Amino acid sequence: MSECFLVGIDSSDCSRRALNFACKRAKNAGAKLVVTYVIEWSPYTFNTPEENEQRHKRREEEITRAKTSVLGPALEQIRSAGVDAEGIVRHGNVADVLNGLAAEHDADLIIVGRIGESGLKSLLFGSVTSKLIQLSKVPVTVVP
Amino acid sequence: MKSRFVLALGGASYSLLPTIVAAQETADMSIDQKINDVIAPIINPFVGFIFSPLPGSEAIFGTAFPWIVLWLVVAACVFTIYFGFIQFRGFKHSIELVRGDYLDPKDAGEVTPFQALCTALSGTVGLGNIAGVGVAVYLGGPGATFWMILAGLLGMASKFTECILGVHYRNEYPDGTVSGGPMYYLSKGLSEKGKATTGKVLAVLFAICCIGGALGGGNMFQANQSAQQVATVIPFFAENGLIFGVIMAAVVAVVIIGGIKSIAKVTEKVVPFMAAIYVGSAMLIILLNIGAVGDAFSAIINGAFAPTAVAGGAVGALIQGFKRAAFSNEAGIGSASIAHSAVQTKHAATEGYVALLEPFIDTVVICTMTSLVITITGAWNPGDGVTGIALTAKAFESNFSGFNYVLALAALLFAFSTMISWSYYGLKAWTYLFGEGINKEMVFKVIFCIFIIIGASMNLGPVIDFSDAMIFTMAIFNVAGLYLLMPKVKEILRDYQNKLANGEFPKVK
Repeated sequence: MSECFLVGIDSSDCSRRALNFACKRAKNAGAKLVVTYVIEWSPYTFNTPEENEQRHKRREEEITRAKTSVLGPALEQIRSAGVDAEGIVRHGNVADVLNGLAAEHDADLIIVGRIGESGLKSLLFGSVTSKLIQLSKVPVTVVP
Repeated sequence: MKSRFVLALGGASYSLLPTIVAAQETADMSIDQKINDVIAPIINPFVGFIFSPLPGSEAIFGTAFPWIVLWLVVAACVFTIYFGFIQFRGFKHSIELVRGDYLDPKDAGEVTPFQALCTALSGTVGLGNIAGVGVAVYLGGPGATFWMILAGLLGMASKFTECILGVHYRNEYPDGTVSGGPMYYLSKGLSEKGKATTGKVLAVLFAICCIGGALGGGNMFQANQSAQQVATVIPFFAENGLIFGVIMAAVVAVVIIGGIKSIAKVTEKVVPFMAAIYVGSAMLIILLNIGAVGDAFSAIINGAFAPTAVAGGAVGALIQGFKRAAFSNEAGIGSASIAHSAVQTKHAATEGYVALLEPFIDTVVICTMTSLVITITGAWNPGDGVTGIALTAKAFESNFSGFNYVLALAALLFAFSTMISWSYYGLKAWTYLFGEGINKEMVFKVIFCIFIIIGASMNLGPVIDFSDAMIFTMAIFNVAGLYLLMPKVKEILRDYQNKLANGEFPKVK
């Protein structure tokens, strides 16, 4: 069975480098890529009734936007390089989602870009990358 | 503050008391008073009817028992029995749903049961939990707590019923948004049963009362009460209610008209935090006085069945407890059903399970905390005139000085979140009557903001009494419809239970 790499992407430059890196590695290893775009979302926020009403619609919009603007072009790039790829959009906490998907797809490696966060935010909540590294059961490659 | 003590005397309003509003003395004939004088004779008969005592209740029990309270309590008992004590048998399942045990990660991004619960709670947890309980304990003694808890537990079945119907009969539009609530299940549900006209009439009457209630109890009353509470800390606002009203209206307008969610986001984080501080301090006081807990419980149990120093004895305690529970958690009124209908779910029944936690949290937990603190600290002193929020403040301040600042902030934030919730309920009733559309919605939103200014700056006691009465009139139409539709709810519930047993909604955790 061929290997499977999970790549977490967003619209940043760093993530583009991570994608290029993953693409190259996958080609060399004959691995499959699972490209994931995570929309930051928490199940515990407090919403007004109106926000709840529009949530379903907003969610569809968010997913469509992620697919057309980021995930679609990424998949095209990978496939044109001759690598087998699958795309996923999920809502949730980036580290939790990537970790969950790695287990779900039996991934051998998680590849992410270094996510730039402000000092205060990462001081308070910890950075996404370091949380992922702590949670993950498979090796994580962080591309600067 | 004189007005805070006047609060004690009325005892029969939606969250607090209407009398407080009329309390500020005005030397000359102000414009408020002129309006009141004109309106009062017109609306008083209606208000009097809604809150009128059961015939003979005063003679028999020595205290008035409003029939509307009995209407709500009887409904809660009927639903409890009809659904086989669902609030106890289904409690564990409710917790599992809210905890997210059944949430498929693929559906992440939709409104979660936890969020739906919080949104609905922010509409009901309010000043009533702080001040209303003070009134109930003052008039009904510690024993009122027992009856309040009982009524809260029964009310869970009413919420269960109305929220399932709300989701089942909501309108779903092509753009993915939804509209639901009693007006939709009354009209659609009853027309399915061949009672289209009855349904339509009930729905329209419900919607009219809902708009009135939203502008009054859900708006003017909140603005007025929070203005007075803030004035106890910042005296400037005592004479400048208008300025307070304009600020409050501007903030609400930014959220509901401007769509600037950031303010709502901030309050939404602060409101649960306030609730946590409130409940936390209550628990701390209980722990600090742990030795008195046994005595407090015996005072509550004895007071429930054989109270002393309470007008009307055990029945007096029962009436105060029932009243407080009914007015606080809004079970049977139909308001929460509107909030729950907005939520995406795979099966209508799940919303019922989630919703039954609301009266539990609102009444059985938060209201009970308040009355336990009042009882344990010995702040209750029958006949001394300290009641309402003053009694609650006295109880808390006996352990934490300066608690009135916390209460003022809590009052302000609770009022704000209640207004946001009721603006939505009113809007949904408005669009039911006048149709959906951005311009039509805007008209209501502007009216809503204007009423905030009116509520904060004027002392329109009779007007607010009228709108309180409208909130309870919602219950007349809603509960009548619930009785007719409860077999449908049972059908929906059976379907859900079968599917659940067949593994169609697998647990993911």
